[in-house]
Amino acid sequence: MEHIVIIGNGISGVTAARHIRKGSDKKITIVSAESDYFFSRTALMYVYMGHMKFEHTQPYENWFWKKNRIDLKKGYVERIDTENNTLHFAEGDFLQYDKLIIATGSQPNKFGWPGQYLKGVQSLYSKQDLENLEVYAPNNKVCKRAVIVGGGLIGIELAEMLHSRHIPVTFLVRETSFWNGVLPSEESAMINKEILSNGIDLRLSSNLKEIKSDENGQVKSVIIKETGEEIPCNIVGLTAGVSPNINFIKNSEIETGRGIKVNRYLETSIPNIYAIGDCAEQREAIGNRRPIEAVWYTGRMMGETVAQTICGNRIEYKPGHWFNSAKFFDIEYQTYGWVWPQPKDNEARFYWEHESGKKCFHISYDKNTREFIGINNFGIRMRHEFFDKILTKKQTVEYVLEHLADANFDPEFYKLHEKEIVTKFNTQNNTNIQLKKKSWKRIFQTN
Amino acid sequence: MKQIQNIGLALFLVGLAIFTSLIFFGRYEVTPEILENLVSNKGIKSELFINNMNSQVVGKEFSNPFSFSTEITSVLESANETLKKNSEWDKVIWDKPHSLTYEIAKQGGSGLIKDNKWLFWWLTFGLGIIGALMHIIPNVVIKGPPGIKNNGIWFNTATNRGWIGWFAFVFLVGFYLLLYFRPDYIVNWTYIVDPISESLSGNLASQWFLYGFLYCTVMTVMAVRMYIKYRHNKYQILRTTSVLFFQIVFAFLIPEILIRFEKPWYDFKNAFPLDYDFFFKWNLDELIASGGLGLFILIWGIVLTLVIVPVMVYFFGKRWYCSWVCGCGGLAETLGDPYRHLSDKSLKAWKLERWLVHGVLVFALVMTGFTLYTYFSGAEGVLGIRTQTIQDIYGLLIGAFFAGVIGTGFYPIFGNRVWCRFGCPLAAYLGIVQRFKSRFRITTNGGQCISCGNCSTYCEQGIDVRAYAQKGENIVRASCVGCGICSAVCPRGVLKLENGPEKGRINPTEILLGNDVDLMDLVNQK
Repeated sequence: MEHIVIIGNGISGVTAARHIRKGSDKKITIVSAESDYFFSRTALMYVYMGHMKFEHTQPYENWFWKKNRIDLKKGYVERIDTENNTLHFAEGDFLQYDKLIIATGSQPNKFGWPGQYLKGVQSLYSKQDLENLEVYAPNNKVCKRAVIVGGGLIGIELAEMLHSRHIPVTFLVRETSFWNGVLPSEESAMINKEILSNGIDLRLSSNLKEIKSDENGQVKSVIIKETGEEIPCNIVGLTAGVSPNINFIKNSEIETGRGIKVNRYLETSIPNIYAIGDCAEQREAIGNRRPIEAVWYTGRMMGETVAQTICGNRIEYKPGHWFNSAKFFDIEYQTYGWVWPQPKDNEARFYWEHESGKKCFHISYDKNTREFIGINNFGIRMRHEFFDKILTKKQTVEYVLEHLADANFDPEFYKLHEKEIVTKFNTQNNTNIQLKKKSWKRIFQTN
Repeated sequence: MKQIQNIGLALFLVGLAIFTSLIFFGRYEVTPEILENLVSNKGIKSELFINNMNSQVVGKEFSNPFSFSTEITSVLESANETLKKNSEWDKVIWDKPHSLTYEIAKQGGSGLIKDNKWLFWWLTFGLGIIGALMHIIPNVVIKGPPGIKNNGIWFNTATNRGWIGWFAFVFLVGFYLLLYFRPDYIVNWTYIVDPISESLSGNLASQWFLYGFLYCTVMTVMAVRMYIKYRHNKYQILRTTSVLFFQIVFAFLIPEILIRFEKPWYDFKNAFPLDYDFFFKWNLDELIASGGLGLFILIWGIVLTLVIVPVMVYFFGKRWYCSWVCGCGGLAETLGDPYRHLSDKSLKAWKLERWLVHGVLVFALVMTGFTLYTYFSGAEGVLGIRTQTIQDIYGLLIGAFFAGVIGTGFYPIFGNRVWCRFGCPLAAYLGIVQRFKSRFRITTNGGQCISCGNCSTYCEQGIDVRAYAQKGENIVRASCVGCGICSAVCPRGVLKLENGPEKGRINPTEILLGNDVDLMDLVNQK
């Protein structure tokens, strides 16, 4: 029986395993050094905040793996011998495979800051990070202040976490406004306000110079590059992005760049080895997507795809239209299609913001063809299926606005702002778009 | 702010302590008049009982309800025993001993509490309400801006099955045991709500009036908590208002007012088979004897169960009843909300749930079958099983233990929907309709799920919502009461409760929206 070995029990590896099991009787082994069972990394923050217990982050009960004949092996792969199809573990043992899927995910970036390996300096990525956080920042008596370096999604989550335990947080963001490499200035400004209103000491345009140690090798303070200011703190969160976790294969035969190089079939340079998820790097970017995408759902999609190939139905990885979501303190964010921080030459924009300053709506469309390009919605939920269809059919911005009621995904009885939005668009653009009533028929029609 | 909360907590605990201690106080004495009244009201023919009461109890003063109860119940039981031995069946007193003692105690009690009903109302209910509100309302500021603030729920010993949770469990179970099985111990509690009962129905308060009043009070106070916690979520606000309205008006005020007009006590929203004694002989007789209104209630009760309930479930799901109207649901969604995450999400629990809840439904229907057969044929029972016996077993096991003691008493341990999930026969019935013939579903928003598990954790019915959401499947489950919390706690806007078209409501998927269209077609269509 063919033996499929998957390194990494994150969403990519586990999805691949599940789908291989659905499609075949092959022997499947998942290897992980991090945890016994698959858990949702995205939920680690809720464990620290006391919303959930760690076991709630595990999407499958423990019996699931045995029942589905997916073997779990705890071990740290030190070396892949591609010639003999063998994995060598740090623990000294080894494992043979027929086909190998590498799904080792990411590791947090560290940019060589002085003091970056001190005790109390960490990221928020792994289960171990969560455990360390409980050691160095269990409450505001042990941890008088935290400093977070890096203004991305993990940084703001870490800020929210520490804030939930009433630990004062200083948040160093290199950019002039939060996440403005991704968000247009309006949205970015809204999130700046949200961060500040939660009592976070947000420092924009601020870089880390160094992290200082106390006599026990534990973090004592950080120095800000621009001002030279020293901020005393007991923990430093390094959240300046992630990069593929592939150090252990750097000296193997497998071709790597920043990540493991794969073609559209997720095949690496070695025939029976595949790479999926955060650690994979497309040789050529797909559409407007980045060659390396550290996103939950792309990992899942690659898992779904590679499983088909392994089961004999060789298929290209073709992610559909871009979408994503996040939550910034109390503001939910979704996006469908592309809304770049700066409009491209052919793009026009329409922006609406609610008077509360906690909801907004930003559409990008083609100036000439009126084709809808993308939407950012903050504080308003939108229907994925709706926009997926719109993007596939290349509908116009007018069509989208007309059918906003179909697009809305807020809970029932929520106050809807569609009229206000459409009116504003009409006034700005001299159009006469009439909002249509919500139609189940349109929402659920299949073609 | 924190200080106000602490003072509030202290006041609440003082009120609770006074309330609890009340059962140990008071003087109880049976005067000859009380006994005479009892004998004539109840038509008691047992001379043995009357004589023994006269010689052993009348004129004697008891300083607590326990010895008083022991004395009277032993007189009653020994009298009955002798009568049964002599086959003097018509003289046997069939009343439940502690209910009979309750009636005597209600009249024969005296003391500080009975003399100062309002004072003690304020010292118990008053302090409890004020204290609880002082503890709850500052959360508007303390918990920060509107939004999901479940911070620390799993660290708090009150909500993580810690010692406060176990203490609450013991307290609640104790309360229900007293309420159902030892009403004569809690006469003092009923005194303090006498004035309110009299103003509504004109009668003194029974233990059931006390329970009803307490129920409404607790729900109202905890509804304030819901209003604050979910002030950003209109679905939750409206739903909370609705259950509160139906509890106070339909389950409490209207029935009491009906009594004032000498009509039968009836809760118009309480549908059979949750209202399991609706077809019992005593109820049917009473309804038929009450003229036009009685007849209306009879027809309403039948139409409610056979037509209104399923039709509404078709259009809106069982939530219209379970989390918008029902009294049990109302308590679960207010008092029980802090415990919702304690429900068991395992597959085992789901299996147990299906056996139990449908088992209770079958039990209720069989019992009602027996009841109606007995009613129309006049026979004592069916196949040698007495209808009365079955009714008694149901009343004890399901009515008292499952719905009351376990259903609410176990909130702090097994979550707030134990009864609704594992025991309620009406929920089982609505669930079958919801699963097979309804427009209701929780729509999953394409591929946005990140499998974080907030939805599953906070599902009071123990549904593993994430298992569906992460596959892009809509959630169509018999047990879902549509509380909407999964949708509220989702950080990515993935879940929406909807009443859409039936077609495509159940949509098993393998490949998620967002992936290659051909792959989706290939695998999903299989």
